[in-house]
Formats: sequence, structure tokens, C-alpha cells
Amino acid sequence: MGRSLFEKLWDLHVIAELGDGMQLLHVDRHILNELSGSRAQLDNAKRSLKPRHPQLTLGVADHVVPTEPGRAGDKTPWAKNVMQIFRDESRRDGILLLDVNDPDQGIEHVIGPESGFTLPGTLLVCGDSHTCTNGALGALAWGIGSSEVCHVLATQTIVQPKPRSMRARFEGALPPGVTAKDLMLALIGKYGTTGALGHAVEYAGAAIRELEIEGRMTLCNLSIEFGAKIGMVAPDEKTYAYLKGRRHAPQGALWDQALAHWRTLPSDPDARFDREVALDCSGLVPQVTWGTSPEDVIGVDGRIPDLKPEALAYMGLSPGQPLAGTRIDRVFIGSCTNSRLSDLRAAAAIARGRRVAAHVEAWVVPGSMRVKREAEAEGLHEVFRAAGFQWREPGCSMCVGANGDLVGPGERCVSTSNRNFVGRQGPGARTHLASPATAAACAVAGEITDARTL
Amino acid sequence: MEKFGTLTAIAAAYPKVNVDTDLIIRVERCAGTPREALGPWAFEMVRYRPDGSEDPGFVFNREPWREAKILVAGENFGTGSSREMAVWALARMGLRCVIAPSFGEIFFGNCLQNGLLAIRLPADEVRRLMALASAPASATFTVDLARQTINGTTRFEISPRPKRMLLEGLDELGLTLAMEPEIAAFQAMDRPRRPWIYL
Repeated sequence: MGRSLFEKLWDLHVIAELGDGMQLLHVDRHILNELSGSRAQLDNAKRSLKPRHPQLTLGVADHVVPTEPGRAGDKTPWAKNVMQIFRDESRRDGILLLDVNDPDQGIEHVIGPESGFTLPGTLLVCGDSHTCTNGALGALAWGIGSSEVCHVLATQTIVQPKPRSMRARFEGALPPGVTAKDLMLALIGKYGTTGALGHAVEYAGAAIRELEIEGRMTLCNLSIEFGAKIGMVAPDEKTYAYLKGRRHAPQGALWDQALAHWRTLPSDPDARFDREVALDCSGLVPQVTWGTSPEDVIGVDGRIPDLKPEALAYMGLSPGQPLAGTRIDRVFIGSCTNSRLSDLRAAAAIARGRRVAAHVEAWVVPGSMRVKREAEAEGLHEVFRAAGFQWREPGCSMCVGANGDLVGPGERCVSTSNRNFVGRQGPGARTHLASPATAAACAVAGEITDARTL
Repeated sequence: MEKFGTLTAIAAAYPKVNVDTDLIIRVERCAGTPREALGPWAFEMVRYRPDGSEDPGFVFNREPWREAKILVAGENFGTGSSREMAVWALARMGLRCVIAPSFGEIFFGNCLQNGLLAIRLPADEVRRLMALASAPASATFTVDLARQTINGTTRFEISPRPKRMLLEGLDELGLTLAMEPEIAAFQAMDRPRRPWIYL
């Protein structure tokens, strides 16, 4: 019987069976951020544990860094303290750290792929739940806790029970104006945030093959909101073209050797999965969340359902009212979900020649310094600024709110991020998750609106 | 790590579903607060009113549940962010055991790393335990890890390795460090097979 991409990747990394389904696995790539990483570095230092392979760990400052233009606004002493620990320990351990003003700095799940640190077939972990993003390149990637970060640093391994496998098929062609973000929100809406609990998910089907690599990253990014630690897309010619020549990608003969290996990884035609789910894309419309869980989602043309009264009270919405037309205060375009060049292009296409509504504060936070440079080379920053958007510095920013980038109490924000949890973007903040195009259109309209009819 | 033997303690019911780790501990506390001081910040957005006073509607602000060491929770408890500070905050609040129909997967793993026993039970069984926990007279539970029982009758499943780690207070990193020969042997086999991995 054929094997799936997931099974091939899992088996490649097993060092030892530990009994009753637990396995010791080799970690090929490890990304360290200042928030979970600095705690782990201190814990290991206390035990006199050095990293086993410092060159297989990439450090990056993203969660607590200020994103105000020019990196002003670093007013939180604890953030400075965390960064100082991170710098000191990374230097001592010989770990490459992409610090705030490094030309390669960015959100960890943006810079992993864009630097070629993430490769097909690698087992990659990081102390952040959205590490599943890296699965877009055909990597086996998941988020871990601080204790596991200690374990990975000291041993270059991780202990895991093998999850069950799931294939999620997206059939039919994506209608114009419907993006990877909409696809995944619709899937989560259909199956719920526990839909993939306990599973490693492979996204497949005609619509996925058509998606460009950055769209696949958006898709895999939201795997954790689907309940899965691991989401992945089989590598293909688009993947290899994306990676070739990137900083940490193999070169020359090593590239050819790696490429031959990567071509063996996609699921065999007769591979079996423990579970199969499917979504027909052909009738989809842009999706927007209405509640306080990513599963609380409807089409932008829909009406608020009579469900979850506590969530509706928090969001200040009533059953039966149309979602479109709801007045908003803020727009956030950024995060590891939607901050890459293609995301910014989609938002700029809406913003071009238009103005952000007078009562709305709208931000664009590029995912990395490289994304920022490439966007500026195309003049996208001028498009955004002319429309009244703030053009900021790369970081996690208003997705996680760890750096003073907060939505105020009771304020309503259309956000391209991944979590609309109570208080996630700030105490009392009301978050509507949407695609970059939808978010940009909402900024212009001053209310929730359908970008296709702007 | 503290060993987990038999725990007899007050259980508190918190039936909300999809309780995320952002709700358990705010991100500002994750970076700015020492591990030992996280307890008072657990659930701060539902535990305190805007003026800082306790919200009596939150179960841990009422007697006898102030002393609870067991939490009976709703589906998908600990979903979302990987922040281990959520587990540290619950542990510092005094919890030793969380019972729910399902858990966020990263949170579930983090519990084990910190000696917090996370128990999955069928939803109807969790509802029954919530009803018991909601009445002071029946809110004292006994969790016996060795026998895998709650109150002597309700049986729960746990894999042998996590069970042994909790019973003996073992640290996973310590166990793996002892496997250095296996790790070295794997890399010696893997290096020629995938040389581009080893930067």
C-alpha cells in the first residue's frame, strides 16, 4: 500500500521507538523567537546545557518588537528585558539571531520559508503554534512549548506520539476574489476548530495545486485553528522554483541531490488517510468571522446567525443582522497568516486611488524586511500611504498585541490575522478575521464590505 | 518535577468551550512576569473586573473553589497559542489536574512537561463530573493516577510513558539526554542520506 507525504516524512525522522506509540524524532530545523525562546535559553543555561547543533537553530525577534515606523515606540521595559536575554543567550550559544534591524528580520513563519531555512521534507519546530505555516513547502512542522524548546536545543530531537492522518481536498476552481484565507476559514467553519484535532492534515485537490506558495502558507498557517498541529501541502515544481537560490537553501550538487529526494515525497496515489474531508470551492464567497472563534465564520454577504449569545454580546452583534454594513474602527493587514508580498499586492490593488474612511485607523505591517523592501520597490508603500494607511516595520504587531500594538476596548477591527479570541488583540477588542483584499475594502468603506463590489 | 500520586482536592467546573491560552494568560504576562508570579494572572480577563476587583461570577473567586486543585473544563480546553505560560499560570494557581472532553494539542503536551495531569473523558462523563463539582458537598474528587480512576469508579485512559513520567516526576529532557548514542547513530546514518540538512 502506498504511503502519504506525512507518513514518509514521519518515518524519515524516527530515531527510536519509546514504546506505546511515542517516538523520538530528529529535528532538522528549529526556529527560536524571543518570547518562548528566551525562557528556554535561560532554563538550559541554568542546567549548563548547550545547544547540540546551534547552526540548525535560527533566532528571530518578532513577537515583542515595536512596529512603529523607524522602530520608535519601544516603551515596555519587559520587552526590552526579554530582547536583551535573547541577544545575550543567542550570542553565547552561537545561534544566528535576526535582530530588529537585520535586513533579514521578520515574522518567524515568514522568514523561515523566504530564507530557505524551511525545506521540503524537513522536520521543523518552533515555540509558536503557527509553525504549521512551514508545511506549505512540504515540511513536517509544528508548534511546541518552552519545555520542548529546551529539549530541542539540547538534543536536536523531540518526543511525539504519531498523530492520525487526514486529507482535506479542495475541489473546484476558486472564484475570482476568493483567496486561500477564505478557503481555510470556510473549511474551519464547516468542520469546526476541533475538526482536525489529533490529526496531521494534508491539503490536496485541484484548488491547492493552483495556489501559489504564499497562498499555501496562509492555508497551512490556519491548521492550528482547524485543531491540527500539523498542516502540509505536497511539494511540487512551484515549491522548487520558490526555493531555488534562497539564502539557506542547498546550492549546486547538493540542490540536485535534495531535489531528487523531494520528488519522492508527495503522497502515493494509493495512500490511505485515517480521515478524509472535502470542500467545494466553486461557490465560495469571501469569508469574515462574526464571533470569538475562527469557526464563527460566514460569507461576507451573510447574516449573523442565532448562535453563541455570549460571543455575540462580546462582539456587539445581533442575530439576523447583515454582517456587511457593520461599522468598524480599525484595520490590520499583517501577521504570519497574511503579510507576504502577494497579500500586500492584493490589499494595494483595492487601496489604489481610494481613501481609508475618516473614522478608521488602518495599518499595514509587512511580514519581513525583505517583503517590505520588495513592496517598496513596487511602490506599494506609496499606494498605502496615499490612501491613508500606516506603513509599519515588520513584526507580529496587532495579531498578538505583545508590543503595545493593541485594539482598544470595544473597538472593532477587521484583521488579516488568525485569532478572533476574546481579548486577543487587546482587552475588549472585537476582531473580524478576513483576507487582505476584504480588510483593505473594509478600511475604505469604513464598514464590513465585499471587496468584489467596491 | 513534582510527582503525581493520588490527589484528593476540590474540583471546580468551568464549562466554557474553546477556552484559549490567550484567555488563560495574557501575552503581556508571558514576557513580563516571572514563572513563579503567574498564578494571580491566570484567567485575568474573566477573573477580575475592570477596576481590578474579583468577579464573583468566576468559579475560582467563590468558596470552596478558591482552593480547587482540579478543573473540569469544556471541549477544546487550551486551544490556540503554544504559550507554556498558560500551564505555568494554572499550576501556580494551584491546579494539579484538568479534566475535559478534548484539549488543544500543544497545551496537552505542555501539561505533561509540567506535571499537570490532563485527562480526556467522554463529554457525558465530563458533564456528570461538572454537576458534582458544582455542588460544594460533592466537589471533593479523588484522582488516582496509578489506578487511572476518578472517585474510585470513573476510569480514564493515559499512555504508559506519560503515566510513568507523572508518577515518578521524570523530566523528558533528562531521559533523552541519556539517549545520546541513539541520536549520534541516527545522524551518522542520516548525514550521507540528506547532507543538505546539516548546515
